[in-house]
This record gives sequence, structure tokens and C-alpha cells, in this order.
Amino acid sequence: MRDRSLAPVLVVWTAAAIVAAAFAWIVGDVLWRGLAVVSPGFLASAPASGGRAGGIGPVIVSTVGILAVCLGAAAPLGLAAAVPLAEAGGGGFPRAVRASLDVLAGVPSIVFGLFGHLLFCRWLGLGFSILAGGLTLACMVLPLLVRSSEQGLRAARRQHAASAAALGLSRPAALLRVLVPAAAPALAVGLVLGIGRALAETAALLFTSGYVARMPSSFLDSGRTLSIHVYELAMNVPGGTPHAYGTAVVLIGVLVVLYQGAAAIAGRFNAEGGGTP
Amino acid sequence: MTTLASPVLSAKAAAGSTAGAARGIAVENLHVRYGERAALAGVSARFEPGAITAVVGPSGCGKSSLLAAINRLTDLAPRCRVSGRVRVDGLDAHAPDTDPVLLRRRVGMIFQKPNPFPFSIRRNFAVSLRARGIRRRDEVDGRLETALRAVGLWDEVADRLRRPATELSGGQQQRLCLARALALEPDALLLDEPCSALDPISGGAVERLVRGLRGRLTMVVVTHNLAQARRIADAIAVLWLRDGAGRLIEHGPTERVFEAPEHPLTAAYVRGEEG
Repeated sequence: MRDRSLAPVLVVWTAAAIVAAAFAWIVGDVLWRGLAVVSPGFLASAPASGGRAGGIGPVIVSTVGILAVCLGAAAPLGLAAAVPLAEAGGGGFPRAVRASLDVLAGVPSIVFGLFGHLLFCRWLGLGFSILAGGLTLACMVLPLLVRSSEQGLRAARRQHAASAAALGLSRPAALLRVLVPAAAPALAVGLVLGIGRALAETAALLFTSGYVARMPSSFLDSGRTLSIHVYELAMNVPGGTPHAYGTAVVLIGVLVVLYQGAAAIAGRFNAEGGGTP
Repeated sequence: MTTLASPVLSAKAAAGSTAGAARGIAVENLHVRYGERAALAGVSARFEPGAITAVVGPSGCGKSSLLAAINRLTDLAPRCRVSGRVRVDGLDAHAPDTDPVLLRRRVGMIFQKPNPFPFSIRRNFAVSLRARGIRRRDEVDGRLETALRAVGLWDEVADRLRRPATELSGGQQQRLCLARALALEPDALLLDEPCSALDPISGGAVERLVRGLRGRLTMVVVTHNLAQARRIADAIAVLWLRDGAGRLIEHGPTERVFEAPEHPLTAAYVRGEEG
């Protein structure tokens, strides 16, 4: 009797321990090897000798630029697409839209890279640029943003649409002042997942933003993201491994900060309601 | 649209625009359908101004649909069709040129499950006051305090107006929702089983508040609780599911409905033998 009740508990906790250990191992390994490299100088200076020496200043700037373009395009578009989807039932057109989004979300990123290269770099003449890379990433994370925003808005509608209407709020007012703020935690989670995916991306960017490690002077310059820098140093630059680990530490640090930021925004919306009343 | 309204009601309605005699809520030959399913059929009733009318009846007899048709929350339900006429203080609720938003500003509603927005207590008020053009900080704060005092919640929450409303207990949340509706100074209040999701003590507090509003607002309360209906209501409307749709089988002063019901089903219902 005792054994029977203990076994499942043991299995569950072992599984949990394995997951935690794997995470600790990866992060620990990166920190152990990478922390020694990271310093204010490393963050600010330009790479030298193919990345073996110097720092990652321009890479950070390019990463921020590409993320800004990506979110600037994908976030408004994603929310705008999610609003009617969350109101729509299971009719033919909404179902087709959802199905295509789900398929798009599963398309390998290299395919987005080829598509972005053709559309943005060639046809629209943006060349290898931060703009082209950011827009390609926007296409890639859009399905994820739309679907997660749709779920959040749908839950908010179910809970609050009737009471908002009963309080005499017009449909736009209910959407902007009640439903979107109420869905803010879900929207933030979707955004963070999208950013995480964008930050991790290399394949789609090799063909679109390129991998020039110089400091970009505009959005039309080529730029190298943190992930591509890690990839380059680890795969193509002999002796680049220490700086690859240093860059990985920064990448993980950025992700942690972003997650914290999103959680804080979501929390603030829930507690204070954010902004002016 | 055929009208089965009584001559008295028609006369009152006709006089309404000039003499204000049409205060209260008048429902004429109301039909509510969801797709192929009829929820209400041919309901005509008059809910007197300032009085509390309890709408009772077994589950699925269209009580909530009746409320939803009064403030046009039926607009939100997919494939819902309403015919007949509803007048709220003379305003023809379902007329094509009636703005449902303006209608709902005159008719507050309280739901079975307390449903404060997941914002701060203060913002729960600010959102709906702002929609009515009230944005000045001092005016919002004034209305908020008056409304919270009216429901006896001010002393409990005065020092945490910026905390999430969802942190409050169920009973407090329901009183908050009542205060939120009252802050908009409606003419009528619809209550859909306002106490049934609460513990007896909290429910009792809400019930006392509703009784305290008698004379100020036209109130229609849906309830499953006959004892509560008898305690709070001036009039009782009994809905019953017949021929696949909810119909009004009895409507009159509370004492008369309980002591001398006209319809045999009502008699059985109030004795606890039916429904």
C-alpha cells in the first residue's frame, strides 16, 4: 500500500528534478564559461579579430534594432488581427484564418528566411538590412502573437463583455478600456514568447539581416544579432568559443530581463490598472 | 407587430411622453428566440417605478432572457432575435433609433457571479464613469465614495482603493458591483440572482441593500429563492416553460400571488410542489 502510493510521487518528482537539472546544467555551463568574458568593456566595444577579441557592442545595437522592427510591426498587427478573431465564432473564414496561422507557426524558420530574403531584400529592395531582418522575424512571430492574443481576448470577453456592456460602455470603449487591459497578462505572455523566439532565431536572419558585425548606422544597414554572433563564433571562428559563451550569457541576461519586464507590466495592469484612470 | 397590451397600459404609454406617467418598465408581447429555440413567448408585464418585482420560476423558463431583453444584452448573444416592445421610462428600448449604450446607462445590471473588472477598485468605477464623460479626478472620487458608502463598503476598502478588486471576498465584490452600477445613477436596476453565488451572510447583506433601494429605482430581481422573493418584492412575476417557451403565467402583488394565486401551477409552485 505504501509502495503503491509512493511510486507515482517518485516518478513525478524524478521527472521534475531531471528538468530542473537540465536547465541548471545548461545555464550553469554557460555562466561558468561565459561570465569571465563579460565586462563593461565587452558590452561596449566592437568585435576584433573576427570576434575572438573585443566585445559585442554593435551586435547588441543590431539585436535591439531588429527586435524593435519586429515588435513594431508584429505587435499592433497581431492585436488587430486577434480582436475580430476573438469575437468571431467557428465560421468558415475565421476557421480558415486560424488554421493558416497554426500552420504558419509550424513552418521552419529557414523557410521564413527564404521568403523574407525574396520579399524584403530583393523585391522591396531593402537588401541585407536590420529592417529586412526585423520584418522577416515579424512574419515569423505573428502567428504566435495572434493566437495567444486571441486566447487572452476571448477569455476576457467571456468574463467581462456582458458587464462592460451593462455598464453602458460602447464596444470600442469596452475593448480598449476593459477587454485589452484585462487580457494584458495573456498579451504580455504572447509578446515574451514572441521575443524569445525572435531572439533565438538565426536561420531566418542569415538571409535577411546578414551578419555584418560593424556598428549599424541606420535600419538599412546589415546587422548581426546575438544569436548569430554565437553561431558564427562557435561554428566558423577557430578560437571563438570563449566569446561565444560570453555572448550567450548576455543573451540569457536579456531574456531574463524581458521576462521580468513582461511579468511586471502584466502585474501592474492587474493591480493598478495602469496609466490614467 | 401585434400588441396584446391592456387598455390601461396603452393609455399610460400614450400619455408617457408628456405626463411622465410611463415611468417604470413596460414589456409588451415580448418574444425572445435564440436561433430556433424560443426562450420567451408573448410576455407582457409592467414593472412599477420604484418597486421591486421578483421574477421567479423553474430553471430554463426565460427569466434571464427577460432581463437581457430589457437592457438589450440580447444584442450580444449570437443569433438572438427579439420582437415585441420594451419601454424603460418611456424609452422604446428595441426601437431601431435607440442607442443600446444610452439605454444601458439608464438601466444598471447585477449578475449572479460578482464580476468586477480585474483592475483596482477605483478603476472599476473610473472606467464606466469616464465612458459617461466624468473624468475629473475629484468628481470620480466623490461618486466612488458616495456609492461605496451606499453599499456599506467604504470603511472596508477606503485604504485600498488602488488594490485589485479581485482581492475582495465574493460578498464584497458583489457589493462593489452594486456600487459600480449605482455610481452611474441609473433609473432602473436588473438583478440576476444577485445573492445565489454568495454565502448566506453576504447574500443577506446584498438583499438588505436591494430592499434599501426601494422607491429610488425600478428593480427587477430574478431569483430562485421564493422566501427571498417574498421578503423583498412588492410584486411577483411567475414565468413557466410551456409549449417550448417561457411564458408569464402570473403577475401581481406579492401577498396576492402567495396567498391567492390565480394559476394552478403558481399555487403548486409556491407550495413547493412544482418547479
